[in-house]
Amino acid sequence: MPVNMIVCCKQVPDPEAPPAVFKVVDNKMSLPPDVKPVIGQYEEFALEAALKIKDTVGGKITALSVGNNFVRDVIKKALAVGADELILLEDKAFEDGDSWSTANALAAAIKKIGTYDIIFCGRQSSDWDTGQVGLGIAEILGIPAVTLAREVEVGDGKARVHQVIPDGRQVIEVALPVVIAETSGLTLRYATLKGIMAAAKKQPVVWKPADIGLDASQIGASGRRAKLDKLFQPVKEGKCEMVGGDTPTEAGANLAKRLRDAKLL
Amino acid sequence: MAECKGILVFGELADRKLAAITTELLGCARKLADDLKEDVSCLLASDAVGGAPKEAIAFGADKVYVVEEPALKEFQADSYVQAMEKLARDLSPRVILMGQTSMGRDLAPRLAFRLGTSVTTDCLDLHIDPATKLLVQTRPVYGGNAQAVFTSKLMPQMATIRTKAMSPLQRDDSRKGETLPTRVAIDTSKVRTKILETVKEEAEGIKLEDAPVIVAGGRGIGGPQPFQTTLKQLADLLHGAVGASRPPADNGWVPEGLHIGLTGKIVAPDIYFAIAISGASQHTAGCSGSKHIIAVNKDPEANIFREAQFGVVGKWEEVVPALTNKLKELLAG
Repeated sequence: MPVNMIVCCKQVPDPEAPPAVFKVVDNKMSLPPDVKPVIGQYEEFALEAALKIKDTVGGKITALSVGNNFVRDVIKKALAVGADELILLEDKAFEDGDSWSTANALAAAIKKIGTYDIIFCGRQSSDWDTGQVGLGIAEILGIPAVTLAREVEVGDGKARVHQVIPDGRQVIEVALPVVIAETSGLTLRYATLKGIMAAAKKQPVVWKPADIGLDASQIGASGRRAKLDKLFQPVKEGKCEMVGGDTPTEAGANLAKRLRDAKLL
Repeated sequence: MAECKGILVFGELADRKLAAITTELLGCARKLADDLKEDVSCLLASDAVGGAPKEAIAFGADKVYVVEEPALKEFQADSYVQAMEKLARDLSPRVILMGQTSMGRDLAPRLAFRLGTSVTTDCLDLHIDPATKLLVQTRPVYGGNAQAVFTSKLMPQMATIRTKAMSPLQRDDSRKGETLPTRVAIDTSKVRTKILETVKEEAEGIKLEDAPVIVAGGRGIGGPQPFQTTLKQLADLLHGAVGASRPPADNGWVPEGLHIGLTGKIVAPDIYFAIAISGASQHTAGCSGSKHIIAVNKDPEANIFREAQFGVVGKWEEVVPALTNKLKELLAG
């Protein structure tokens, strides 16, 4: 049974960038231009979960994203690794949404796409980390959801989802259509040269708020339910006492003595 | 709409006792309720709650709503959310608090969307603005590289709190409170997921969350073996546990249960050894509550040294065995 899959992806500042480059300016996160945007790490895991299903039972993958000023080469990575289509909800009005307005816009787009068996999301975005959008989409569409997922198998109109639980894992069976939010564990494959060339030729479909039947007041910053009052960075004291020695072995022994002197152990 | 009043806590159980997070939630709720001069209610939902209602009162609840239903034996978001939605609609609380746990992560967003409100997940601080009476919610964002403060005028105001971020009250068994058995008919036809298999992967020895000393390894460890030899020897000497940052867990070098960080476990031991861990904010989010962090890393610029109290720059393969041997000698002497 070919499976229709939608993978929700977010373009975010590289979360692996060194902590020192993250600076808050005027209540907004400001990063130097050499920190390139990427597709969020959990969405990459989601893409891989979708690609594995496409490998085994076949199907179609539509990558979907909401925001503004998408860097085409970044977001087109979804196409390069094997997604069939890319839809961008791209408009100034989509900027600065919260979990609610983001889920609302994505759900409206998913309704417009119409055919779907699995909607994959990341467990949480790699910038705001809220972990709500996937579950929110499921609530809006009235379909089940499984979060903290890893491997997913599909058969007989059902999905079997391997879910991470505290100190273990579970296998969950759920009927399609379903929202599955992926945690870490499945590493996204590299794009092949052929994939990169095919992606370069493909243009994303761009939808404006009106295309998904939403008014500007329902999306982005205007559609927020939670108001952001302040963004700040707590001051870190950072006074690490470095313990040295002529060799690493001596430094290790000196550390033991220092910890003992400080009565830590 | 009726006036929304009071704080409702969703309590989690562990073996028919209050889970640690529930005592933390009640401690936080008590403070908010006292500032508002309102009550703390606690929902305990399971197939059987044992002596937990009395404990909830001893830790700060005024009213404990007990929902005991066979359908709540195993955790399934689709069944639990029904009990929560029913109680939230019946009580019209001003604030709903849950834990940023595996359950809370799964339930809180669903409940918020059902109630037409917002939820701020993973809060580190919550307080009441005396002027507006609104709940001021502070949470880390950008993997812990910044913090954001939110408020919402929509009722109920919902938040989940990070484990170990709030202090429980001292247990007081003389506190008075009311236990209210409550019937919620769980519609099992709306439970759309089925658990086929559960596998527990508990590590041997002391539990990570309870260990007074943790020896954690990162990507720089390079493979599974040292977690069972070099790092374990140091941990064993100090009666501690071995942990890891995300890369070793993702690569299968250690079980996922040993993963410490924003999306893993939150720990707060007395002593935390960070070995070959660069110290990305996503990791330090899980260990920054430790009393003393000690870092060993070959990169003098590694971010972990900004978090640590003591540090050694050097290859862990040489530093750690020397540290363990010398400690063994000092502790014996």
